[in-house]
Amino acid sequence: MATNKKADVVVVGLGWAGSLMAEELTRAGLNVVAIDRGPWMDTSTHTPPAVDPDELRWGIRKELFSPPKDNTLTFRNRPDQTAAPQRDFGIFELGGGVGGAGFHWAGMAWRFDPYDFEIRSKTIERYGLGKAEDGELQLQDWGITYDELEPYYDRFERIAGISGKAGNIKGEIQPGGNPFEGPRSRDYPTPELKTLRSMEVFNEATARMGYNPFTIPVANLSQPYVNPLGVSMGACTYCGFCLGFGCGNYSKSSPQACIFPVLMRRPNFSVITESCVIKVNKAEDGKTVTGVTYVDKQGREQVQEGDVVCVTAFQVDSTRLMLTSGIGQPYDHRTQEGTVGRNFSFQTISGTDMWIEGEQMNPFIGAGGLGSQIDDFNADNFDHSDLDFIHGAGMLTLARDGAPISKANKLPEGSPRWGAGFKKAYRDHYQTYTTIFNQGSSMPIKAGYLDLDPNYKDKFGVPLLRITYDYSQSDRNMAKYLMDRAVEVAQEMGAQHITPFNFADKPFTTAIIASDHVIGGTPMGADPKTSVVNPWLQSWDCHNLFVVSASVFPMNSGYNPTGTVGALAIRAAQAIVQDYIPNPGPLVEA
Amino acid sequence: MNRREALFSLGAIAATGAAADGARAREMHGYPADMTVDPEMLPRSVIPGGQMRVLTDDADRRTVTAVFDRLIPADDLGPSASEAGCVDFLDAQLAGRFGEGAALYREKPLQQNADDLMQTAQFIATPRERYAAGLKALDAYAQETDGAAFADLQPNRQDEILKGMEDGTISLGEEIHTKAFFELMLQNAREGYFSDPIYGGNRDMAGWKLIGFPGARYDFRLYADRTGEKLDLEPVSLIPKD
Repeated sequence: MATNKKADVVVVGLGWAGSLMAEELTRAGLNVVAIDRGPWMDTSTHTPPAVDPDELRWGIRKELFSPPKDNTLTFRNRPDQTAAPQRDFGIFELGGGVGGAGFHWAGMAWRFDPYDFEIRSKTIERYGLGKAEDGELQLQDWGITYDELEPYYDRFERIAGISGKAGNIKGEIQPGGNPFEGPRSRDYPTPELKTLRSMEVFNEATARMGYNPFTIPVANLSQPYVNPLGVSMGACTYCGFCLGFGCGNYSKSSPQACIFPVLMRRPNFSVITESCVIKVNKAEDGKTVTGVTYVDKQGREQVQEGDVVCVTAFQVDSTRLMLTSGIGQPYDHRTQEGTVGRNFSFQTISGTDMWIEGEQMNPFIGAGGLGSQIDDFNADNFDHSDLDFIHGAGMLTLARDGAPISKANKLPEGSPRWGAGFKKAYRDHYQTYTTIFNQGSSMPIKAGYLDLDPNYKDKFGVPLLRITYDYSQSDRNMAKYLMDRAVEVAQEMGAQHITPFNFADKPFTTAIIASDHVIGGTPMGADPKTSVVNPWLQSWDCHNLFVVSASVFPMNSGYNPTGTVGALAIRAAQAIVQDYIPNPGPLVEA
Repeated sequence: MNRREALFSLGAIAATGAAADGARAREMHGYPADMTVDPEMLPRSVIPGGQMRVLTDDADRRTVTAVFDRLIPADDLGPSASEAGCVDFLDAQLAGRFGEGAALYREKPLQQNADDLMQTAQFIATPRERYAAGLKALDAYAQETDGAAFADLQPNRQDEILKGMEDGTISLGEEIHTKAFFELMLQNAREGYFSDPIYGGNRDMAGWKLIGFPGARYDFRLYADRTGEKLDLEPVSLIPKD
C-alpha cells in the first residue's frame, strides 16, 4: 500500500458538490486533492456535437452512467424480505466520470421551498402534532432555514448561469415567475428559455383554471454568459439531447462547463481519476479522520491523507462510505436509534400522459429541463387541513426531447404496440403527445433506511448498499390527489386521449424509473440523535469530516435536488474556510 | 504541532509530481492540453449487409427476421424492420457491449422473489445468451404446434404466436421467460428502426421519416418560435452525406 503526499482537504467524488467545494477551498489557498472513480471527461473530447445527438448510445444504453456492474445496490420493500440486487439500469443515474451526474443531468435547477427546511415544525404549527406524527412518518427539520441558505442558492445560480424568471424578489411578487417561491435576493442571471408548444397549451389551460404557471428554471442557458469564475458558456440551441447526454454547446451547466476550466488550472488542485474510495480512515482517537483509502485503476489500495475529508459522492455512495468506514451509529428501524442510513426518501410520482389531436408539438425542439410548472399543489402552498397527506408536487409539463425510441411507448390506450397498427399510431400521435408529470415530494418513514447488504458485494468485495423502503400512506394519498388534478388540467388542455399514471399505486421499486432523485441516509440536522451531520454538514462523530451530498436531505421535496446540493456545498466549503480552519473542532456543540 | 499548523503545514501550493509517482493512479494537475475528440468516443458505423457475427445460424436469423418483420412490417408507410436493417443492427448490438451484458450486475444468486420485488423480470444471462436460447425455443414451439419453422408460418399465425408471447398465454418452456423475451425483441426492433442509421438500422432514415423526427440536428433556434407549425424538416444522421 502506498501513501500519497498529504493534502489539506481530500474531496471524494468530483461532481457538482465536490467541484463547487474544491473551487471555494482552492481559492482560499488550501491544497485540495479530489479522487473520482471515473475517468476524465470533457465537452470537446467526449461529447462534441458530432458525438452527442445519439439516443441509442446515451439515452437508451446510458453509456455516460456508471453501470450497475460497477455500482449497484440491493432493494426490498420491507425488513422481512430478502433484498435483490438492481442488475440493470434503474432509478440510480450515477455519473460515469468526473463531473458525476452533473455531466449528464437534464438541468432543472430549483431551490427548495421554505416549508421543506422546517417541515416538522411548520406542519405542527399549522395542522397540529397528529399531522406530523401519524405513526409511520419520521419528519425532522433540516437545522437550517431557507433564508439562511438563500445566499448560497444565489451563488450556485451565478456559477451555473441558471435561466429563469424570479417570482419573489425580497418579498415582492414578480409577474411571470413562481409566486410561491421563497424570497430571492435578485433575479436569475439569465432570462427564462422560450415557451414551446406543450408549454403554451399548459400555460393557457392552467391560467384559465386560476393556477399560476411559470417557466421552470434550468441549467440550459438562454443566452451566452460569463460566470463569476470567468468561465464562458454558450446559448442553448434546443437540440433536445440533454438528459443522459453531455452538451456540445457548453450551454448545459456542469462542473465541466462551469468550474473545471478554472479549477483544473489552479496549482493547488489535483484530481486522481479512475480511483474508487472504499473507506474513510478514522484516527486512533475516533474523533477525527486521517484520510481515505482508495483502489486505483490497477487495483492497488492506496492511501490519501488529509487534514479535512469531504465526502461529496452521489447519495447512495456517500451513505455507503459512512457505513463501510464505521463512522456514526447505523440506524435501527426497530428502535429508531442510530442515524447512519436514516431517512431514505425518493419521489412520489404521478401524472398523466395525453394526446391532443391536431396538435403539432414538435417535441424534438426542447431542452433538458425546459417546461412549465404550477406550484399551486406543491409544498404547503394549499390547505391540507381536510386532506389525508402533507406536502405535494410540482405539476409540470415538459419540452425536453422527441427521442424516437423512447417515445414509441407513448401511444394512446388501445393503440397496437407492434405491427402495421403500431406504425400508423406512432405516425399519427408522435406530434400530439405531451405529459403532465407530478414531481412529488417524499417523506421519510421509520421503516425506510439504508444499510449494508449481507449477501451481495461489489467488484472490490465491499458489501452493496441495501435499501429498505416503500411509499408512506401520506405520499400515496398525495400522489393520487395530484394525479386527479393533473387529469383535470389535461382535460382543460383539450386532450382527447388521457392516460393517468401513479407510481405509488404499486410498491416502490428501484427497477422502474419513476424519478432518479434519491436522498437521505446521512441526514443533516440540529440534533445528533436524529442526524449524521450538523447544519454545516460536519460529521457529529469526526469533526474534520464533512458529508456533502443529497444524502444529507432529511426528506425530499417536489423539486429536483441539484440546486440544493449546490447551495449546501458552497455553504459548507465557506464554513470550512472561514470557521473550521482557523479553529478546527465542532462548529456546533452537540 | 497544533491542529492549525497541521492544516497549513504543506503550504498553500503543492509541488506537482510528488514522490512515489510510480505507485499512483492518474493524478491530474492542470487542464489537459489535448482538446481533440477522444477516438474512443466516436461511434463506429455498422456496415449493412456485412458478415453476421452472432446471428450466424441460418435458422436463428430467419426466425428473428420473421419476428422483426411482424413487429414492424412493410406497408405503404415504409419498409419492414429487416428491410430497414434491423437484423444487421441486432447482430451488431449482440456482438458488442449490449450483447455481452457489459453494464449488468451479474453476481449470483438470482433470487426467487427478485421478479416480484423489482416488478420486472431479472436475469443473470446476457442478451446474447437470451437470444440464443429464445430463438431456438420459439422455433421449437412452432415445429411442435404447427410442424413448421416459425419463419415459414403464415403472417396471421406468426402474429398469434407473438401475441401469445406478449400476453404470457404461450410459454416457450421453463428455461425461457417468454414475456420478457418478447419485450426484448420488441425493444431491439424499435431501437433498430428509430436509432441513428450509423448503427445499421433505420435505413435511409425510414423510421425517422415515418414520424417526422429530424434526427441528429443540433440547433433548432431558428424554429423554436414557430410553435405549433408543421416544419417538415429533413432528417440528418451522424453519417456524413459524402
